[in-house]
Amino acid sequence: MTDNSTITVKPRSKIRDVWDQFKSHKGALLGAIIFFSIVLLVMVGPFVWPFDANQIDIRSRNQGPSLLHPFGTDQLGRDTLARMMAGGRTSIAVGLAAMALSLFFGSFIGVTAGFYKKLDGVLMRFTDLFLSLPLLPLLLVMMLLFREPLSQAYGPEKGMFVLIVVSIGITSWMPTARIVRADVLALKEREFVLAAKASGTSDTLIILRHIMPNVLSPIMVSATLGIANGIITESALSFLGLGFPPDFPTWGRLLNDAVDYLQQYPERVFWPGLAISLTVLSINYLGDGLRDALDPRMRKR
Amino acid sequence: MLTYIFRRLLISIPTLIFISLVIFLLLNLAPNDPMAQVPLTVPPEVKQKMREALGLGQPLYVQFLKWLIQLFWIEPQVFIDYMFNTSFSEDKLRVISWQTRSPVMDIIVQRMPQTLWVVGMSYVVGILIAIPIGIYSAYKQYSVFDQVGTFVTMIGYSVPPFFTGVFVIVIFSVQLGWLPSIYDTTHSVVDWETFKVQLKQMVMPVMVLALQTTAMINRFMRATMLDNLNQDYVRTARAKGLSEWTVVMIHVLRNSMIPVITVIALNVPAIFGGAIITEQVFKVNGIGQQLIGAIYANDLPTVQTITFMFAVLIVLFNLLADIIYGILDPRIRYD
Repeated sequence: MTDNSTITVKPRSKIRDVWDQFKSHKGALLGAIIFFSIVLLVMVGPFVWPFDANQIDIRSRNQGPSLLHPFGTDQLGRDTLARMMAGGRTSIAVGLAAMALSLFFGSFIGVTAGFYKKLDGVLMRFTDLFLSLPLLPLLLVMMLLFREPLSQAYGPEKGMFVLIVVSIGITSWMPTARIVRADVLALKEREFVLAAKASGTSDTLIILRHIMPNVLSPIMVSATLGIANGIITESALSFLGLGFPPDFPTWGRLLNDAVDYLQQYPERVFWPGLAISLTVLSINYLGDGLRDALDPRMRKR
Repeated sequence: MLTYIFRRLLISIPTLIFISLVIFLLLNLAPNDPMAQVPLTVPPEVKQKMREALGLGQPLYVQFLKWLIQLFWIEPQVFIDYMFNTSFSEDKLRVISWQTRSPVMDIIVQRMPQTLWVVGMSYVVGILIAIPIGIYSAYKQYSVFDQVGTFVTMIGYSVPPFFTGVFVIVIFSVQLGWLPSIYDTTHSVVDWETFKVQLKQMVMPVMVLALQTTAMINRFMRATMLDNLNQDYVRTARAKGLSEWTVVMIHVLRNSMIPVITVIALNVPAIFGGAIITEQVFKVNGIGQQLIGAIYANDLPTVQTITFMFAVLIVLFNLLADIIYGILDPRIRYD
């Protein structure tokens, strides 16, 4: 009988909903914090830290941790913390670039296959064929074969970067393509797409305006996993000695260099390994949380 | 089912040919010269002869066809000869390694047991650990056990084998000195003492690979168990008064095992891929190390053959997974 029955419900935006759900997943939140602090450290660190990653100081070589060099120095007296930050820059840059490339291929093929029925069979057989390629051996072979020509064309560092990013990109788009295709197939039958079609919207516009925003969540989840995959693959290649040139630090390369001194300085393998593991672990947790947050069925109202 | 299996077998032939074409073209269109390491004092006409002897002067499709014949026709003959002491393959040209000048297959056969021992053992160990943990964490969802299990799984998922491998070497070989860091493949087991040595050197590589298997399978096992535990038939079984053990271990487990077994089959090739890195870490001279060695030495026939064998493994286990799925789950009728 009271007259304050007017319940004011604030309109909730979708982003707000996603964020609320994401926050409730403690692991994901922690993962996001750790990942972004690593990225920040790696991006800003080299400007603040007094030592350069390639500055050789042979007199202070093989030092243990000290106030001057918190992570110690390597066999040429280069500061390990500076090298870790420079290495992280490369590793994360490779991960991000490879993820972007593989997402581009994956969503392009997935959307095309899902939207155009005629191309579906061909594109999915193509995806299956790519899935049955032995990826790690092929990546190694690509490194072997294209290292020289690309190094000559773009310089040793840039050439290697292009080669690694492109090779990881073209060998990791398949899962994204499959997930996106499945979603597009279901979306295509929905009324709003039919309505758009009936009102004479062109296919390109339907895809860009109606399909793409709706498949964004699986793409974002693939994106997080793509970064993790890129970082691990790059480190594996560098670890096998088929990645970047020796004077160019990446986490995998630093780990590989440290293995040579395993008997004398076992603590050296610890830092790059921990950095790779922590980054990938935090990204995986981030992806887990994102998957839950973006799935409306998981959201508790 | 039989027609289905037959059809799947037929589809895998073009797949294999496509993959071999990709591998072949990738290797042969790339600019590099197998004669690069021949001394400069060798006159050009001799070099040309050597090139021809390696079959390099011919057009690409002839080279590809010859490689296919060598791989699919001559190598099986060698195998039959070896098994039954016949002589089909006499005087026929086999795939020759540029590095050692001996048939590639012979080296692969020498190297295979080491890889199979380490990889196979780790896979079995990984599965044996993963399945019980998966069952129990699904049964007690959100318990402490489940939380810890999920976290360990996440670690196994995220930490690459080249770090876990090096890490256990630092702890158990360098610091504690309990286990050898290098896998000695010439070691042969004859009595209890040598068996213990063998066991010691296998522990680390097997555990490193098993961690990855465990992570993968445990995650999957838990998810399918959770799916099944909420089904109506579980409630029915409990309502009938069946014991909890029967409900979980017989009713739920049997239904959950179907997808898990396919995942186990599908991941065999991936674990071979992981073995490439693990072999490098522990210096196991298996197939993976042969591949890396061949890549460093520019030995194209070996690289080609091993890469192709990895592809065969993938196609084979995909086929196997599909067939197992059809047999285990009567609801799935492919035809």
